[in-house]
Amino acid sequence: MMRQFARTPLALAAAVAAATVLAACGSGFDDDDGGDAEATGASDGGGPLTVMIGSSGEAETVAVQEAAARWAEESGTEVEVIPAQDLVQQLQQGFAGGNPPDVFYVSPDRFRMFAEAGSLYPYGDQIEDADDIYQPLRDAFTYEDELYCAPKDGGVHALVIDTDAWAAAGLTEADYPQDWDQLAAAAQALTTDGRVGLAFTGDYNPVGTFMLAGGGFFVNEDQTEVTADTPENLATLEYLKQNMDAGTFAFAPNIDAAWGGEAFGSGKSAMTVEGAWIVGALQNDFPDRNWVAVPMPAGPGGQASTAFTNCWGIAADSDNQAGAVDLVNFLVSPEEQQAFAEAFGPTPSRASLADWNAEAFPEKAAFAEGMEDSRTQVSVPGFESVLADFKTQLEGMAAGTVTPEQALQALQTNGEAALAQD
Amino acid sequence: MTSTVTREPSAGRIKPVRRRATSGHLRQERRAGWLFVAPAVIVLVVFLFAPIIMAAWVSLLDWNGQSSPFSGEAEFVGLSNYQALLTDAGLLRSDFMLSVRNTVYFVLFNVTGVVVVSFALAMAVNSYVLRGRSFFRTIFYFPAITSSVAISVLFLFLFQGAGVVNVVLSWVGIDGPTWFRDPRGVLHIVLSWFGVDAAPAALADTTMGGLSLWEWLSGPSVAMCALITLSIWASSGTFMLFFLVGLQDIPVELEEATAIDGAGAWRRFRHLTVPLMRRSIVLVITLALISSWQVFDQVFILSQGAPAKTTLTPAYISYVRSFGDGQFGVGAAVAFVLFAIIIVLTLVQRWVGRERRT
Repeated sequence: MMRQFARTPLALAAAVAAATVLAACGSGFDDDDGGDAEATGASDGGGPLTVMIGSSGEAETVAVQEAAARWAEESGTEVEVIPAQDLVQQLQQGFAGGNPPDVFYVSPDRFRMFAEAGSLYPYGDQIEDADDIYQPLRDAFTYEDELYCAPKDGGVHALVIDTDAWAAAGLTEADYPQDWDQLAAAAQALTTDGRVGLAFTGDYNPVGTFMLAGGGFFVNEDQTEVTADTPENLATLEYLKQNMDAGTFAFAPNIDAAWGGEAFGSGKSAMTVEGAWIVGALQNDFPDRNWVAVPMPAGPGGQASTAFTNCWGIAADSDNQAGAVDLVNFLVSPEEQQAFAEAFGPTPSRASLADWNAEAFPEKAAFAEGMEDSRTQVSVPGFESVLADFKTQLEGMAAGTVTPEQALQALQTNGEAALAQD
Repeated sequence: MTSTVTREPSAGRIKPVRRRATSGHLRQERRAGWLFVAPAVIVLVVFLFAPIIMAAWVSLLDWNGQSSPFSGEAEFVGLSNYQALLTDAGLLRSDFMLSVRNTVYFVLFNVTGVVVVSFALAMAVNSYVLRGRSFFRTIFYFPAITSSVAISVLFLFLFQGAGVVNVVLSWVGIDGPTWFRDPRGVLHIVLSWFGVDAAPAALADTTMGGLSLWEWLSGPSVAMCALITLSIWASSGTFMLFFLVGLQDIPVELEEATAIDGAGAWRRFRHLTVPLMRRSIVLVITLALISSWQVFDQVFILSQGAPAKTTLTPAYISYVRSFGDGQFGVGAAVAFVLFAIIIVLTLVQRWVGRERRT
């Protein structure tokens, strides 16, 4: 049988057939695009738009769909909102296949990869009232001095406190920690048998927030240099380790919780460090827990926190960039951001909405405070693996097998290698 | 038995085709044959061979997934992805070596466990004394038809710090570990019982692929043990079927004859069942070996490589590097090295398990 495969012309025929099928698959997208352009008569005409979102759930999907429908009615352009199962992967497939959605969520850690490759259409100069958007959020999506996309929301870490435990420990509102010493003291007062004072997810995000407050961070402002192995960061890690050794701080996984919110909600810790997403989780999973969120206590480097945000990216390959920009401007307008905040809880990215947000959602006010002093997540391509390794080093630090010096040195070496590749 | 029956006529049919066909009738027949296999051939070429060749090309590129890899926009970097993976000291190589170590232990224990458990299950449901055999066959096969995602989530709950497993252990006075959080290798744990806490200098200083021998010899971590348990439980049902087919091919007369000759249960098993089951065993080992090296979904759902990267596997690295870091070239290179490892090990295993005729 094998011999026949090799010699018959039919094998060739099969190969040709296969190639034809492959070619047909490959050109499918192009045909599509061509069709759209023809239908509208111009490459930047009013062709229909697709919006791909990484939705947190039904509430978010419906809210975005409704907002898109309102814009579609106004502009007369069709919009389809696709909630992605796995946004990162589906976007990647779209780019690789030359057929990305027109508008999509972009997170800061992916941003630079997209921007470097020229996959994003930079429309920063067309954003209406862009100066109203918090500076650190705009910085997150600025590459080579050009703002690429409009941040759709934003928030920082806050210290979430179990008010019942707080009162039981004899503490009052006046005792909410303002600096690291007070934080350590409060954690000690709140630590009981089976409950640690402060627990947070053992990854680089909360630790990064502590590093910022300690006057350091993983990288410099421009993200062109790794600044991991510094005395400031060492002092921060030593502060954390000291308190972990004392049993008053803990990484959530070490007290059998998946993340800070779970440790806090289930009562395994009396305080945690999380972003605004914890609000929904506590309401759904731990409705009986009474809590308050206060701004992160200031460290030796002042008050600072990591900023979390996403932006509305527009594909460079989009056939209707003008329409897409118009849609995004509609979506980041104060009115629509208010509608989103009410529907599924993101903190608006506009400073002018800060007062409205604090009034409408007093429990979430702390997650928007201090946005001006925040820094965004690292966006250097390849840093995901570097930070994952740092997380492993932190686990080792908690277990006592890795010293803070070693953890920072490993981060410095690996980070430099990633930057060199970039 | 059934396999021999179907094999004979098909063997006979091949003969006329082998002869050089000259008559129009035969040529027509051959063309018809090709027509019939064409769909399968096309599907194989389009969905198997072509993607493999494309992936091989991608592994030679510095491609970030933002354009078509065949457009020439991605830089051709030759073998440098493989170099970063295998020879250059760095995060990638150390991650990869850790993942190879983890997977070696995973394969070792998983394959052994699967063969033993599924063989035992097959023996049990094949025995004539067991009542309700078909009921048990169904039960044992159940994990195989359950989604591996569902099984993984279930195990996550079972092995939680305050999960069922630890509760049961506490009944017998054992303070169970927080399974999926415990990064210690079991071999290191056992050694620490005998006072060996740190690496002997000879093991700590000798490195292989940038990883010290002491690290290579850590044994699977506690977390990995939980993964192995899961994997054995989930896959032994399928392999039980392979063994069951083999067991049912053993003629009853042979067993009776050996019984009459006075062989006990153990000797019958050792000298009759096992030799006759050689083919099934080799097959199951081959299949289990291949699937163990490719372990991904359990890791993806349960641990993402944590704790301390002791559940990192090559397949997971390939995924994270590709979709996390946007280094698709590296991801593809990992996949090809994994491919090579599997091929080599399978060949070795085939050679060891070959039938020796004396």
